[in-house]
Amino acid sequence: MILTRLLRDDRGGQILLGSLLVLALLAPVLNLALPPDHPLHLSTYTLTLLGKYLCYALLAVAVDLVWGYLGILSLGHGAFFALGGYAMGMYLMRQIGDRGVYGNPELPDFMVFLNWSELPWYWWGFDHFGFALLMVGLVPGLLAFVFGWFAFRSRVTGVYLSIITQALTYALMLAFFRNEMGFGGNNGLTDFKDLLGFDLQADSTRVALFLASALALALGYLACRALVLSKLGRVAMAIRDAEERTRFTGYRVDRVMLWLFTFSAVLAGIAGALYVPQVGIINPGEFSPLFSIEIVIWVAVGGRATLYGAVAGALLVNYAKTWFTGALPEVWLYALGALFVVVTLFLPQGIAGLGRGLGTWTRRGRREEARP
Amino acid sequence: MKLLDQTRQLLRRDQVFEFLQPEINPDLDISHRTLLYLEGVSVSFDGFKAINDLNLYIDAGELRCIIGPNGAGKTTLMDIITGRTRPDSGSVWFGQVINLLKLSEPEIANAGIGRKFQKPTVFENHSVFDNLELAMAADKRVWPTLLARLTAEQADHIDQVLATVGLLEQRQRPARVLSHGQKQWLEIGMLLVQRPRLLLVDEPVTGMTHQEMDRTAELLTSLAGEHTVVVVEHDMEFVRSIARKVTVLHQGSVLAEGSMEAVQNDPRVIEVYLGEAGSC
Repeated sequence: MILTRLLRDDRGGQILLGSLLVLALLAPVLNLALPPDHPLHLSTYTLTLLGKYLCYALLAVAVDLVWGYLGILSLGHGAFFALGGYAMGMYLMRQIGDRGVYGNPELPDFMVFLNWSELPWYWWGFDHFGFALLMVGLVPGLLAFVFGWFAFRSRVTGVYLSIITQALTYALMLAFFRNEMGFGGNNGLTDFKDLLGFDLQADSTRVALFLASALALALGYLACRALVLSKLGRVAMAIRDAEERTRFTGYRVDRVMLWLFTFSAVLAGIAGALYVPQVGIINPGEFSPLFSIEIVIWVAVGGRATLYGAVAGALLVNYAKTWFTGALPEVWLYALGALFVVVTLFLPQGIAGLGRGLGTWTRRGRREEARP
Repeated sequence: MKLLDQTRQLLRRDQVFEFLQPEINPDLDISHRTLLYLEGVSVSFDGFKAINDLNLYIDAGELRCIIGPNGAGKTTLMDIITGRTRPDSGSVWFGQVINLLKLSEPEIANAGIGRKFQKPTVFENHSVFDNLELAMAADKRVWPTLLARLTAEQADHIDQVLATVGLLEQRQRPARVLSHGQKQWLEIGMLLVQRPRLLLVDEPVTGMTHQEMDRTAELLTSLAGEHTVVVVEHDMEFVRSIARKVTVLHQGSVLAEGSMEAVQNDPRVIEVYLGEAGSC
């Protein structure tokens, strides 16, 4: 079947999807069925944290697709993630209705606070879940498309492209910080109550969101895997390795870049949309260039051009972040920097490379043992 | 009144709007036997005239060698034909109807002009087979590429080309492990699967052993006829072994043209080449 074809030569992917399945089956049981004082009980806090990591992992897969396979180092993917998050946040804001502090049934609290009398046009439609979902993909996709159209057509590549993507996310951050933009300024959107009528604080909603994140990661992974295995994916790698040759072979290099970049942005947007209801807030901080750089570090740590490596990197680095910021908050940034340096120097192919190295090493060992 | 006149002009019935005329005619018209026309082409980089009022005609099916000292404009000439460099003036036509100056590099490639670079450029991380599969003539737009499946017929064609360039045994190996000469052949193979009408081959034998050189000469001569081949080369011995007609470039324009002997005995050529021509 399609699944076996996609995962045939992908040990990492098999392990990843297998563990996702186990996690998706176990987590609800451990969280909902076991009493809170049971030793195996999974707290809702941990469950939400895991869900958040899974969203980050999907984001990392999106970055790996364009960086690992196409050679576009995007230092602005946080922008697409945040835009998807804002689209979902706007829906959640509208769901609050008259339960806000000011009790205005039409306007979110921050608009009442700014003395606005009516909803700005770009908030129209966000009270419908379907419309919000559409925007989750459409807004980041459209931005990536327009941005890519100009950048790739004029053959901006390499460091220059990285810098422009960085500028893009920085500009968006500054814009979203402004109160007049109508996105809540520096507080962002928060104080969400419910999603599709389900209470966001309820354990069952949290479990559902966790499952949705796991499903999105699995589907996103498979979609990227299918893309990478297709002829288009091989053309992408050809562009990464020898752009000029690909052009003279008859491929419209700019078009390939444009579509893959847009697809990757949509994936990032979906990750952002799943992230927001779980953490309960979206603010312009997600647009910060630092966050986008951090994503690249996840991918580098996990191993470029493997997809499953990106997932492993995102999970590992974010787990480390949670641990460090809890236990030794002042050390975290140094630890992150050190990790990046160590990986770049000693593990150029990341954790995935380490795994592959170990694999061949044990196989060789076994073969030598087998020899008389 | 002026507006009315303009409208009348616009609606004249004896004309076809320019935007309605197809820019790329897929059917290459070579009814006049000439495949490639370059007329009055000039290009300069920062005041240096790399190509200066160059006229060059290549017949269909011919094997043409272009020689010339360093800086004569050989590689620039290839860049112009493949769309990498736009000339300041002049016209470049592929057959009677395809204006190459209006096409982008991929469009020129798909119109039937294949190019081998001076430094062998292949897709290092792909297998030899994949290299050819990617290069193969097909609908190369994004969606068709995404959905493309290799047919048995296409796979056969690739194997056939692999046999032609002598890389059948390397079929599944990554291209990066090939020797320098093998990479050159792979690149020629990649051009062949594109089914081009015109092959532009830039210095195919640099860094090759004598044996490899002989094989390459054999390969290129066997390609002429069905394809039109233009070879730019430094190595005089190699040129003599394959050339039927030679064009000598000097300072961006054609100095002499004709058979190898005629060209070698041309006093102007001897003057330009000095020792080099003498040693041939």
